[in-house]
Amino acid sequence: MAASPSPGAGRIETERLKVAVHGERAAAAATSVKARASNLSFYYGNVQALKNLDIEISDKRVTALIGPSGCGKSTFLRCFNRMHDLTPMTRYEGSIRLFPDDIDLISKDVDPIEVRMRIGMVFQKPNPFPKSIFENVAYGLRVRGMRSKAQIEEHVEKALREAAIWDEVKDRLHTSGLSLSGGQQQRVCIARALATNPEILLFDEPTSALDPIATARIEELITALRGRVTVLIVTHNMQQAARVSDYTAFMYLGELVEFDVTSKLFTNPAKKATEDYITGRYG
Amino acid sequence: MSVVTEDPSIHALRADVSRRKLFDLAFVILGLVVLFASLLVLLVLFLDLVVKGAPRLNWDFVTSFASRKPENAGILSAWIGTTLIMVVTACVAMPIGVAAAIYLEEYAPKNWFTAIIEINVTNLAGVPSIIYGLLALGLFVYKFSLGQSIAAAGLTLALLILPIVIVATREAVRAVPRAIREAAYALGATRWEVTAHHVLPYSMGGVLTGMIIGLSRAIGETAPIITIGALSFIAFLPSPPVTGEFPFLSFAWLKDSFTAMPIQMFNWVSRPDPGFRVNAAAAGAILLGMTLLMNGVAIWLRYRFRKRINW
Repeated sequence: MAASPSPGAGRIETERLKVAVHGERAAAAATSVKARASNLSFYYGNVQALKNLDIEISDKRVTALIGPSGCGKSTFLRCFNRMHDLTPMTRYEGSIRLFPDDIDLISKDVDPIEVRMRIGMVFQKPNPFPKSIFENVAYGLRVRGMRSKAQIEEHVEKALREAAIWDEVKDRLHTSGLSLSGGQQQRVCIARALATNPEILLFDEPTSALDPIATARIEELITALRGRVTVLIVTHNMQQAARVSDYTAFMYLGELVEFDVTSKLFTNPAKKATEDYITGRYG
Repeated sequence: MSVVTEDPSIHALRADVSRRKLFDLAFVILGLVVLFASLLVLLVLFLDLVVKGAPRLNWDFVTSFASRKPENAGILSAWIGTTLIMVVTACVAMPIGVAAAIYLEEYAPKNWFTAIIEINVTNLAGVPSIIYGLLALGLFVYKFSLGQSIAAAGLTLALLILPIVIVATREAVRAVPRAIREAAYALGATRWEVTAHHVLPYSMGGVLTGMIIGLSRAIGETAPIITIGALSFIAFLPSPPVTGEFPFLSFAWLKDSFTAMPIQMFNWVSRPDPGFRVNAAAAGAILLGMTLLMNGVAIWLRYRFRKRINW
């Protein structure tokens, strides 16, 4: 999408309290679009958690979702890998189209298993399986039917290197993943998600349970993933969003208030609500 | 504290804390008293059986058949019968119980129908065992023509402990954190893969514990197997499960008649000859020993499985 929205179009959308990045702005974008949510709504039972979201996620860029607690940013993130399908009484409306093959991720006709095999996720609290570090990272490969030991070893090492944890664990790959520190566990979880070459990697507040040093390492890692994989990250930490992301979306009460290039959103937000939030007036 | 001045209110504060901590202490003492009282009762009971049965607690007793003379009578057919019944019970209750629990926890939608099933499973745990015996008499012994056999007894006791196994397995399965399930789902695992690769292995300690608690209950059950017609005097063994010729395994024993430890005890206790009472005490001590051994195995298994898993 473009660095600055055209003033006329921007104003109209201001009134609707949402930002649609369509048409000429998308055409002017520096990178191609990896996914596009259109008119996306989501319901827990009768409670509407997401309200008519429109957003475009750029290919191989980092997009951050910020907003106060309960604004729906995690709910939005979990639409991308159909995690909500595991909860009864939930309902999607609208579409999230994944490119280049242009399938609708939230369509009933698309199998959530297929979606989750293409889109990886890293959770808020590190959640390694109580298995060895090696088996943790190998699990996604095994689910995909990879049997060759050599091939699995190769993929596991590559993923652990990409997650910048190889040197720390290479001598104890067969000890339990639970024996690691929280920050190391989270990087193993990132390696686990990377091992299967996901097209999009979702991060749901990946550092909220970690100390500042571990947080810095995860942030470095996310920055390093830029250009290789499309990253969508939910964070309650605005500085983090500013540090790691190319684009930032500000959500409030289930709506997308503003979406722009990160530097623009943080220095010159178009909406009053965004400005209030990033200057710490609420949230 | 004794530096310059001491605020008098600090004394009041400390007095208050000490007074409230008295309740802590009182509860600890109460808990210990109750704990030791119940353990003591069990211990006294066990020692009483051992002391009374001491003259018969020897190898001959374990390797002899029942006899009209108390000094010659033994528990061979009883403990072999009990062991074989437990094998049948375990082989039936474990897969059915675990599968039912997994289905209810992981697969079943939460609606009024599954709610009714859940309530009934829990209620079944409280049904008197004689009722199971009557059900088994009609169903297994006559309807399925299993006769008064080891198979019928094993199935009856399997029914009896099914609710225990289901409830214990559900508890164990529920203890696996949602985050672990989500991690597996997020990697593209199907529900079956999540269950088979993660949920079940991680809850195995609890599942096996529940299984053995169930078997410990079944091993002492008398009423249902008397109802289905266990014999109290048997001077032969069931056909051996392992044979010398191909295919080396035989299931003929399933159809054989049997007796079991509690029945043997019951039989001896009701005899007028005091010599049989010694036998009953000895058999009781051995039965209690078998139960304690099984519980010991349960504790060991739980330790083994949980050693590596701490969420």
